Amino acid sequence: MQALVALLCGLVFGSGLALSGMTNPAKVLGFLDVAGRWDPTLAFVMAAALAVAAPGFALARRRARPWLGESFAIPTRRDVDAPLAIGAALFGIGWGLVGLCPGPALADLARGSPPVFVFVAAMAAGVALQRAATVRRQP
Amino acid sequence: MEETAFTPLSGLAGGVLIGAASAGLLLASGRIAGISGILGRSFFPAAGDLAWRLAFLLGLPLGAWLTGALAPATRALAITSSLPRLVAGGLLVGIGTQIANGCTSGHGICGLARGSRRSLVATLVFMLTAAATTFVARHVLAAS
Repeated sequence: MQALVALLCGLVFGSGLALSGMTNPAKVLGFLDVAGRWDPTLAFVMAAALAVAAPGFALARRRARPWLGESFAIPTRRDVDAPLAIGAALFGIGWGLVGLCPGPALADLARGSPPVFVFVAAMAAGVALQRAATVRRQP
Repeated sequence: MEETAFTPLSGLAGGVLIGAASAGLLLASGRIAGISGILGRSFFPAAGDLAWRLAFLLGLPLGAWLTGALAPATRALAITSSLPRLVAGGLLVGIGTQIANGCTSGHGICGLARGSRRSLVATLVFMLTAAATTFVARHVLAAS
């Protein structure tokens, strides 16, 4: 049941990415390139997503447990530390180089495009490497 | 470089779906719809914690494929990056999101939606560094 819910949410998420145009790196770079012919679409995507997600998150906060699960797995950390900023900066550089972040990159696997396969393979390798280092430090 | 047109209506509609999927996963399963987190913990997963992750990740291309079948214009995909740039970009995105515990979805949408200060900082940092990288790549290095 949990897997079915996750599949459905992933499907709606992927549909939203495609419908919004965010699966096209040219459109994402058009937003990031404020010195070029600016395409503000990404800001509208985020604004709409936040407008819908925020009430949902507020509703979840008032509940003891999710509809189908045992408990909420919501991050509790509040400290702003160096790894947060360094990791976000590394991610930002990679994002700005190609115009792909994790969601759109995985959604674009549907397009059968060789450059996407290369990017996703490198991304998965980076994720696995960093995850392996984390797991080794705190098993 | 390829210029794209501003498409506010499809942007808003897609954003609504993204927000609904994020709220839906949290309300139904209690999970944060952060793609890099869901992907990251698929490697060395905790017992019984893998199936829903793979199902969600599979849903992403499935949704994009379905949307592309219904609306062919959404299949647009223009990647001009060279092979070394694709590899470098992928590695940086993979490593960076794991160090920062999140990406555009986990910090930029779910984190901001619940008012997390960490996510606000992360979102500002990756937006600024991405814009700076794009500026250098497009207007400094490729200024010829």
